[in-house]
Amino acid sequence: MSAIALEVRNAIKTFNIEGGGTINAVDDVSFKVNSGEFVALVGPSGSGKTTMLSILAALLTPTSGEVLIDGQDLARLNERKRVKLRREKIGFTFQSNNLIPFLTAQENVDFMLRLNGKGNKAGRMRSAELLARLGLSDRLRNLPGQMSGGQQQRVAIARALIHNPPVVLADEPTASLDTERAYQVVETFANLIHENERAGIMVTHDLRMCKYVDRVLKMQDGKLVQIIDDKMEITKLAKGE
Amino acid sequence: MRTFFLAFYLAIKEVVRNKGRFFLVSLVIALITLLVLFIAALGEGLADGNRQYVANLDAQLIVFLEKSDYSISASRLDTNTIRAVQRVDGVADAGEIFTSTSEIVSLDEPLKISMLAAEPGRPGMPLLIEGRSFRGGGASEVVIDEGVAQRTDIKIGDEIEIRSTQGTEDQFFYLKVVGLVPKQSYFFQPTIFVPQATWEKMRPQSEADLNDSTPYPNIVAVKLENPAQVDVMKDRLVAQVSNIEVADLETTINNIPGYSAQQSTVQTQGAFTLLIGILVIGGFFQIQVLQKVPQIGVLKAIGSSNAAVGLAAVIQIIVVTAIGVGIGGGLTYLFSLSFPPTIPLAFDGTRSVLAVIALLVIGPLGGMASIIYAVRIEPLKALKLS
Repeated sequence: MSAIALEVRNAIKTFNIEGGGTINAVDDVSFKVNSGEFVALVGPSGSGKTTMLSILAALLTPTSGEVLIDGQDLARLNERKRVKLRREKIGFTFQSNNLIPFLTAQENVDFMLRLNGKGNKAGRMRSAELLARLGLSDRLRNLPGQMSGGQQQRVAIARALIHNPPVVLADEPTASLDTERAYQVVETFANLIHENERAGIMVTHDLRMCKYVDRVLKMQDGKLVQIIDDKMEITKLAKGE
Repeated sequence: MRTFFLAFYLAIKEVVRNKGRFFLVSLVIALITLLVLFIAALGEGLADGNRQYVANLDAQLIVFLEKSDYSISASRLDTNTIRAVQRVDGVADAGEIFTSTSEIVSLDEPLKISMLAAEPGRPGMPLLIEGRSFRGGGASEVVIDEGVAQRTDIKIGDEIEIRSTQGTEDQFFYLKVVGLVPKQSYFFQPTIFVPQATWEKMRPQSEADLNDSTPYPNIVAVKLENPAQVDVMKDRLVAQVSNIEVADLETTINNIPGYSAQQSTVQTQGAFTLLIGILVIGGFFQIQVLQKVPQIGVLKAIGSSNAAVGLAAVIQIIVVTAIGVGIGGGLTYLFSLSFPPTIPLAFDGTRSVLAVIALLVIGPLGGMASIIYAVRIEPLKALKLS
């Protein structure tokens, strides 16, 4: 039985809206993600999935409820501890502007180790191996501007995993990629999540990408409206049936 | 410590990988440095030109004629004043100083000079660096300063010809150069020193003055037994010697005609140049931070602290500014080699050092807004997650 890497209990995030009143962008959401499990968070625009991801990334505090990452309740952490948690316990890939433009592919990955005080020779060897695993062995010294969108996303994936965080988050990782590259990136991501026993959560609006996940969490109007964990059902969803 | 190394790594990597962009900013800073250093050197040079002789006096107080407003040219003391001053308790030594202007004409290009008279070995007469002092009385001997030597090829043993207007006619005097003293610029002119009687004979005079051959000193330089007792001695001198007013060297310098106005003009120019520097550097780094908002957002989102992000910006600004100031300093030095001694530039003064320090400070100062902006960037907004 895999350990619970991430747990959300009755999370609510309320925003004030212009002209008065409030809106619950996340409304009483609860779920768990185990180590070695890859989950997709899907839903239409405005469904609250990005807000949920921001809460999971310790970038946003829930108005109420609990979010536990590796056993630590985010609501009880001050800003300094949240920064430390982001650095040590979370790997993150974003939609775009993922990489530091003046660092090479390997330096971008190594940077995560430097942040955690592990920027040594052994770390550099590991980052080179991981990038090779992602098919980027000939791109180690390339700057992001010298790589394609797909290659940049793979570097971002390597950066998200290099420091062995228990939780890996991906915000629309395929948004700027063509279909073929998108499948490659998500498949690689899924494989690494499974192999390294991490808990992976991917926010996506592209249901086709769900074919690689173990579970789909569907959000609508801030609520978690459906959890699909049957592989057949997930495949159907990914095929648009 | 880890934060510092991380910030240093980020700052240096960015500068190295964007050499062209940062080098251009360094060049702009170099040009500002060049301008600031030249203004500082000009200020120092102009100040030296005006005050050098007075500032170098081996004295703490200057005695003026009463109500002369501490103006050397307006002061003309009685011949007995020196003895009265020397008798005052606490005065170690005192020397009369006679000032006028003249012209050396035994050159291809006549050279305007300040012609001073002072008694060798007394306050007012600079120490010799070469040769000997002139003899007393009306000896036709002269000690020149390095300013004269640098601008002409006059050397010890040469004879120089001086032109002086006596009444309504030009008269010519011949003096033998017997000694050399350090640069003693006075009223922007290099200086020669002659015996009192020679000075009285050679100084430009009106018809009325020609009938009186008594040399009247403009001022008396007073050396104190205890240099810390300037204020006490000032009061004592005024109380015990009639028809005088007394000032310290700083007051005397500030009352040299035009000195304060000239210095405040140069200082204002320098301050405005520094202000322009702050705006240029501030503008550049602000634009750069605006362009880097998503990148800073990523850095923060993956766990970089505000301290690391802010420190990286500070280090980057310091490095770029230091390179710019270094290049500017080098350029200034190269340019300064090509300037003739007639242009009053002095790069060895404290002003040049202060200007360099100010230039190094204006970088972080100018970039302050961008540093604060970078620290305040919220990753959520920067990454458009909110």
